[in-house]
Amino acid sequence: MTPFSLHAARTSDQAMALLAEHPGAALLAGGTTLLDLMKLDVLAPEVVIDIRRLDLASIARHGDGWRVGALARNSDFAHDPEIAARCPVLSQAILLGASAQLRNMATVGGNLLQRTRCPYFRDVRYEACNKRRPGSGCAALTGATRMHAVLGTSSQCIATHPGDMAVALAALDAAVLVRGPEGERSVPFTEFNIAPGDTPERETVLGPGELIVALDIPDLPFAAYSKYRKVRDRASYEFALVSCAVALDVQGGVVRQARIALGGVATRPWRCRSAEAVLRRAEAGPDTFAAAAEAALEGAVTRPDNAFKVPLAKRALARTLAEVAEMAEAQA
Amino acid sequence: MPAAYGPQSLTLTVNGRAHEVRVEPWVTLLDALRERLGLTGTKKGCDLGQCGACTVLIDGRRELSCLTLAATLEGCEITTIEGLAGPDGTLHPVQAAFAACDAYQCGYCTPGQIMSAVGLLREGLPESDDAVREAMSGNICRCGAYLNILAALRQVREAMAEAAS
Repeated sequence: MTPFSLHAARTSDQAMALLAEHPGAALLAGGTTLLDLMKLDVLAPEVVIDIRRLDLASIARHGDGWRVGALARNSDFAHDPEIAARCPVLSQAILLGASAQLRNMATVGGNLLQRTRCPYFRDVRYEACNKRRPGSGCAALTGATRMHAVLGTSSQCIATHPGDMAVALAALDAAVLVRGPEGERSVPFTEFNIAPGDTPERETVLGPGELIVALDIPDLPFAAYSKYRKVRDRASYEFALVSCAVALDVQGGVVRQARIALGGVATRPWRCRSAEAVLRRAEAGPDTFAAAAEAALEGAVTRPDNAFKVPLAKRALARTLAEVAEMAEAQA
Repeated sequence: MPAAYGPQSLTLTVNGRAHEVRVEPWVTLLDALRERLGLTGTKKGCDLGQCGACTVLIDGRRELSCLTLAATLEGCEITTIEGLAGPDGTLHPVQAAFAACDAYQCGYCTPGQIMSAVGLLREGLPESDDAVREAMSGNICRCGAYLNILAALRQVREAMAEAAS
């Protein structure tokens, strides 16, 4: 780890002042991404601001849903009784990510800034990584790409977004509350992460001096019938090859509303609006679900190593749609 | 080096005892425990948050000491494997179950396994074996003692059920 100076903020105001004073400083919350990447020399901030003591960990009803403080721990969020009952897709996504220890440490805000597991990003012995060293190239393009993205890629970067919680948030139309030098703003979660394009080093719309304050989760009545499926190489404690977050409103055998997002296959949490459009007002059945899955993977760009993700994602999504539809229909 | 990089004095509360330490900002709790306090029961495996060997309890929750900076822990209650047994040496029920079930081979991952299991007790030990496997998946055992670790946790679960009835 490269030496750094550590400053502790006790309030959001202090954190904002320290951020303004030290441009380029890293914020330390759960530390599960930051310290990992600092030990690997992928990150080497000169200044680290400890925000662990900020009073931003509450989970409470807010407006039409819930407001979750940026410093709420992932495990507390997942086990919140209301979230678990009303948004099972969200609880399941969090609990299928990482390990119990990491979930106890990781914070909701930090988890939104989780970095890719692309081995060429994580290993500084590879010179070419446009995320790590803008303009240096992409070692993955000529490397082993079994885990890499097939959606939202560019000629500069094909790194997969590794999140689970983020996939559920994309499906549920959550929003990120951000505080910056100019005040607070709310960013729809589907616009929070940006595709790599020509600037893979830029992963979110957060600007300099901005701090994630909270997450707003809408209370969608039909999200009570929702599910997160994660397909991976091991039964537990592994990143997704493919994952899907699905919530459906089905009445009388017809889909009224659908929310779908994919993980493990894209450069950012991948909301599937075209698949949702296929489902809307369609008969809930295998043909519809297969058509929706086709639509979800439209535009996929594969490589020999990761082409398997396309049929895998289609099957995982079609199966999850069928399971959620059955659940929703049984309750209607 | 600028003054801000230098060591800071702080009090770490480990196993109920306050320790004054001087640590640089980048010293992890794991290194502080092992190198500064001589508490070498907590093991360094991968040092990257992947293996669970360094698991300790922080304010009662199982967390990874390799990904936690010591300087951020003033006022927290830290529990390590050295703090589990009673003052008279009576083993914690999880320790006793690991011994009774031979839930280790080389022993290197064992303190982390035990601390993780103690943290799991507080979260609620699951009923099914599959759920226990899932809850313990953050602790890797390269010898493959998983069957006996599961047996130890089953024994703890049965002892708790018996005590409750």
